[in-house]
Amino acid sequence: MTVEIIEKAEFEPNILMFACNWCSYAGLDLAGTSRMKYPVNVTIIKTMCSGRIEPTFVMKAFKDGIDGVIISMCHEGDCHYMDGNYKTIRRFHLMNNMLESFGISKDRVMMVGISASEGAKAVKVITDMVETVRTLGPIELGAD
Amino acid sequence: MAVVKPKVAFYWMGTCGGCEESVVDLAERILDVVAAVDIVFWPVALDFKKADVEAMEDGSIAVALINGSVRNSEDEKMGKMLRKKAGLIVAYGACAHLGGIPGLANFHTREEIFQKVYIEAPTINNPKKIIPQLETEVNGVKLTLPTIYNTVKKLDDIIDVDYYIPGCPPHPDLLMGAVQAILSGNLPPHGSVLSPNRNMCDTCPLERKEDKIIMKKFKRIHQIIPEEGQCLLEQGVMCLGPVTRNGCDAACMKVTMPCRGCYGPTDEVEDMGTKYASALASIWEETDEEDVIRMVKSIPSFAKMVYYFSTPSSILKRKKMEVIP
Ligand code: SF4
Ligand code: SF4
Ligand code: SF4
Ligand code: FES
Repeated sequence: MTVEIIEKAEFEPNILMFACNWCSYAGLDLAGTSRMKYPVNVTIIKTMCSGRIEPTFVMKAFKDGIDGVIISMCHEGDCHYMDGNYKTIRRFHLMNNMLESFGISKDRVMMVGISASEGAKAVKVITDMVETVRTLGPIELGAD
Repeated sequence: MAVVKPKVAFYWMGTCGGCEESVVDLAERILDVVAAVDIVFWPVALDFKKADVEAMEDGSIAVALINGSVRNSEDEKMGKMLRKKAGLIVAYGACAHLGGIPGLANFHTREEIFQKVYIEAPTINNPKKIIPQLETEVNGVKLTLPTIYNTVKKLDDIIDVDYYIPGCPPHPDLLMGAVQAILSGNLPPHGSVLSPNRNMCDTCPLERKEDKIIMKKFKRIHQIIPEEGQCLLEQGVMCLGPVTRNGCDAACMKVTMPCRGCYGPTDEVEDMGTKYASALASIWEETDEEDVIRMVKSIPSFAKMVYYFSTPSSILKRKKMEVIP
């Protein structure tokens, strides 16, 4: 029992964040240049557009031990490739449906719009995700 | 001196028997095969026993073709034994190659399945609620059964596999091609899937009629009267052709059925389910999130559909279990 409590308390979530180049990454950049603080639990991967992010990447991330994934994109209507983020919305919900079948909590994935001016929002999104995943605990897959 | 013919073994694991049937589908060509090789083990057709194979020298069988998924401890033992005895192991059919339809069990636990199959199924009459036991006594004699695994595995999860012949079941031409390649020693690299590495749409006889596929509603084949000769995806039916490997001669589309992916993915694709989700997301036009959610909900068991033949070879392999035994 005690062992369990200690493990929970020491668990630091590993969060992977995909950010599109044109809005979201610029937003994260703004957070950085404005010297805002955000948790070190997040690793950011830049893609040209959120439309590049495939459900395969997310499943692989979970398989490799990532505890939570954030997919960050331009706001609706703002994608620099016109409709990349609409594809992301559709992919995200198909993927969620699959993750549910694999017994992975919906709260471990998040899709969010972050614009180039929303540094503070980026920080809040990351901080909230880390806390959500902290309560969920480490990722556990099928096993056996 | 008589010519020594190469020894061949056929074995079945968690199988439906369809793969065995496909060998018989060689029709008169089976005589050529029988003339060229010496079949030393084939439980469905010939009376050789496990002990006969155990008595053989390691490596003395030229090739063992194994069909079916790894469902229980006996399958695993037999697979490992055949690996020792045979120079080449061929995973024959979707079950051995990808886990196959039995692999859908990975979306459940063994207990759920026992409950459903032996207790709840409407056709079951089992008042004592008996489920398979590892050991039981009948008239003082102890009988044993192998352990059914929680997780269905594909053949290469337990042993090294030299070649794969895909399909549920494989097209007899693929088997014939493989036999000829093995006999002539003209073999592709270790680990190859012995079927063309191109996708189904490539040879599909159904035609694309529109410039762009736009799906308005997801349909299943029984819900429409399909247009003859037109691509089924264009007609709103979720055909898995775009993520499936070629080699069956587009068997299903020839009879206006959608491809369900039994040949598995091409070499470049790691997970056909997630790949299909990706592709599907690009060919429908809803932009409103609520509508998107409604569309996704309209598909019954999306994961089971896209992993119909390949759950054990997907990235996540199985559903998370609450208690891991
Ligand atoms: S691959 Fe298909 S035909 Fe072969 S054993 Fe499996 S379910 Fe049966
Ligand atoms: S999607 Fe299906 S029906 Fe359409 S071309 Fe491809 S294999 Fe044929
Ligand atoms: S069309 Fe698809 S489902 Fe039908 S036999 Fe070929 S690979 Fe299998
Ligand atoms: S460029 Fe940002 S979502 Fe497409």
